[in-house]
Amino acid sequence: MATAFSAAKFSTQPFHLNPTSTTSHDSPLVFANPTSQFLGSTRKLHLTSSSKFNLTRRSGTVVAVSDVVKQKKSKSAPTLLITKEEGLELYEDMILGRAFEDMCAQMYYRGKMFGFVHLYNGQEAVSTGFIKLLKQQDSVVSTYRDHVHALSKGVPARAVMSELFGKTTGCCRGQGGSMHMFSREHNVLGGFAFIGEGIPVATGAAFTSKYKREVLKEADCDHVTLAFFGDGTCNNGQFFECLNMAALWKLPIVFVVENNLWAIGMSHLRATSDPQIYKKGPAFGMPGIHVDGMDVLKVREVAKEAIGRARRGEGPTLVECETYRFRGHSLADPDELRDPAEKAHYAARDPITALKKYLIENSLASEAELKAIDKKIDEVVEDAVEFADESPVPARSQLLENVFADPKGFGIGPDGRYRCEDPKFTEGTAHV
Amino acid sequence: MYAIARQRILGQSFQKMRPAVSVLRSYSSAAKQITVRDALNSALDEEMSADPKVFLMGEEVGEYQGAYKITKGLLEKYGPERVLDTPITEAGFTGIGVGAAYYGLKPVVEFMTFNFSMQAIDHIINSAAKSNYMSAGQISVPIVFRGPNGAAAGVGAQHSQCYASWYASCPGLKVLSPYNSEDARGLLKAAIRDPDPVVFLENELLYGESFPVSDEVLDSSFCIPIGKAKIEREGKDVTITAFSKMVGYALKAAEILEKDGIYAEVINLRSIRPLDRSTINTSVRKTNRLVTVEEGFPQHGVGAEICASVVEESFAYLDAPVERIAGADVPMPYAANLERMAVPQIEDIVRAAKRACYRSVPLAAAA
Repeated sequence: MATAFSAAKFSTQPFHLNPTSTTSHDSPLVFANPTSQFLGSTRKLHLTSSSKFNLTRRSGTVVAVSDVVKQKKSKSAPTLLITKEEGLELYEDMILGRAFEDMCAQMYYRGKMFGFVHLYNGQEAVSTGFIKLLKQQDSVVSTYRDHVHALSKGVPARAVMSELFGKTTGCCRGQGGSMHMFSREHNVLGGFAFIGEGIPVATGAAFTSKYKREVLKEADCDHVTLAFFGDGTCNNGQFFECLNMAALWKLPIVFVVENNLWAIGMSHLRATSDPQIYKKGPAFGMPGIHVDGMDVLKVREVAKEAIGRARRGEGPTLVECETYRFRGHSLADPDELRDPAEKAHYAARDPITALKKYLIENSLASEAELKAIDKKIDEVVEDAVEFADESPVPARSQLLENVFADPKGFGIGPDGRYRCEDPKFTEGTAHV
Repeated sequence: MYAIARQRILGQSFQKMRPAVSVLRSYSSAAKQITVRDALNSALDEEMSADPKVFLMGEEVGEYQGAYKITKGLLEKYGPERVLDTPITEAGFTGIGVGAAYYGLKPVVEFMTFNFSMQAIDHIINSAAKSNYMSAGQISVPIVFRGPNGAAAGVGAQHSQCYASWYASCPGLKVLSPYNSEDARGLLKAAIRDPDPVVFLENELLYGESFPVSDEVLDSSFCIPIGKAKIEREGKDVTITAFSKMVGYALKAAEILEKDGIYAEVINLRSIRPLDRSTINTSVRKTNRLVTVEEGFPQHGVGAEICASVVEESFAYLDAPVERIAGADVPMPYAANLERMAVPQIEDIVRAAKRACYRSVPLAAAA
């Protein structure tokens, strides 16, 4: 079935997004927003009609997908975007994310979890929409808001909860914490506290994928990397450096912007000269897409296309997901600056409620089935908490472990063992 | 960056004017002399041909043949996929190197000088050094960051800082600093093969100097262990520790001191982290006096760490306070005479050694 992309794939014709609106001038002073309600500041915005996006200037496509999908769905007979199994999988993943994060908040206020905890409530559609399309060997790089990315990628809830409790059974043996979720098995490369730090690392992972295919001649290596980051990061130098290099070297990466309009207490509109982040993609030679991040099906459609592009070797894509976090920046954030009307607006667009409605209306699942999933996930999360509670704290000797892969500093010999353990090491070329 | 271009042109003519110093050694199988530049080039060449996962990345490493010609000829030999010319984006390409290393590739990231590494230091410390620990051993980072470090000739304050002590204070990094061609070859090969992040601090003024090397050094499997210092010259009266260019100065100072009857033991640290505390302490227990020499700023420097280590472990053996020779506590000046005063000279080392041996008036003022 034709995806939203194919309708406007790299064409240079001007693309009317909302044929019923009057055209407005693309004046830089007026914040022209796409027709998806782009609220997001402490002051009220005048909702101007959408501007005609002039595509003739650039080779990359700049598209607001949300409207295209909406129009397509209303015009033709409802063609379903997902099957029942997929639907239930998406629902379960989002419920897991939500239930887990809610439990984290509870545990934090009970003192079981400490330090910095950044919760993902409200943004589940982005994580589920993208990560559920990946293979195990594809990698995900995230920020400090990484619990749900790790869960979507397949890290067991028990391992993540133990890590948050600081127990030795955690995915990083308690040494990483909330902000540093790593899993070699599931290719979750962290978990970075500095914003923008994960983007070059993700670009490097994508570089490895290309290197393996072209230099090491592993012909079937088509691993894709997803880099998740926020709106605040899009003003950071490393972001632009990596957009440049990823497009220059055509790396298999998708840059996913989780634009939740707020960087702690700094509104995106107060911090950015041009708030439309997806436009920054074509400036570097890659397509820039804007999608409604509160709708998992729309995100999934865009993700399919972007990941497909990367897998085929066509290069990177910048996807801006307009989403919202229902809680504050972290559990220590009193969240006083955000307008309650804005919060209510987005709470009404809860991605889980929306998917539930879609599944039921299109007879893909019954209420009972969905309730069963809710119950199952509740049990999973309870079990994770119990497991974490009962796990031991790290032993004292663990403090000095894992600083180096090769602690003695003599290197690892060709047989894979530490050289210093080899008695013949002191002969020959070594100066000991 | 204009300064570096100008300095490159000046630097090369500088090197022609400076006589190539070859320090005498008593090798039995000696004779061949190679420059430090050739030593590094051959080490990179051999490691790249031995392991296809090794690749180079940095500014001007490819078509320009290397800003200091260290990577000369490698682009022709291995192609642009393995020798990558990057845009001027230290933070970006260092992070890319780290991300590639997470997946088992072995990048060798060149910084045109380590001063520029400050733009990427977040990735060196936070993504590379700390990753093995944060991931509890799941993700090791077999990356090498190399480039010239410390003062060159007349390049000004922003191109002359020594970063040995900054990087060496961070757990999770290994920091190496070679002196001669043998060090350069052996340590670079060991660094590339090492599964942990290594900061490899070269010295621009040493690139053109030739040193004699034995046949075993030229062998392609030659490797020097990381974490062992080398005693370049044995002595019994005072221990002088140094690394990189200062080793050459210390050796010359030792010759001058010998004429006055002071036999100095010169230790080439080679590895700043892990520091070879046992070799240093054994030597101090033998000679009972210590002079540490480094080019960087004095406060919180390598000499401070060595002094603390000796005081902790060998206090009873010290017959005199530890003398610390370091660069002046100022940003590097440009004027040639001021620059000479801001960097340790051979006379400073001689004076300090004599002070440690109670042979002269303490704290002679700088000339």
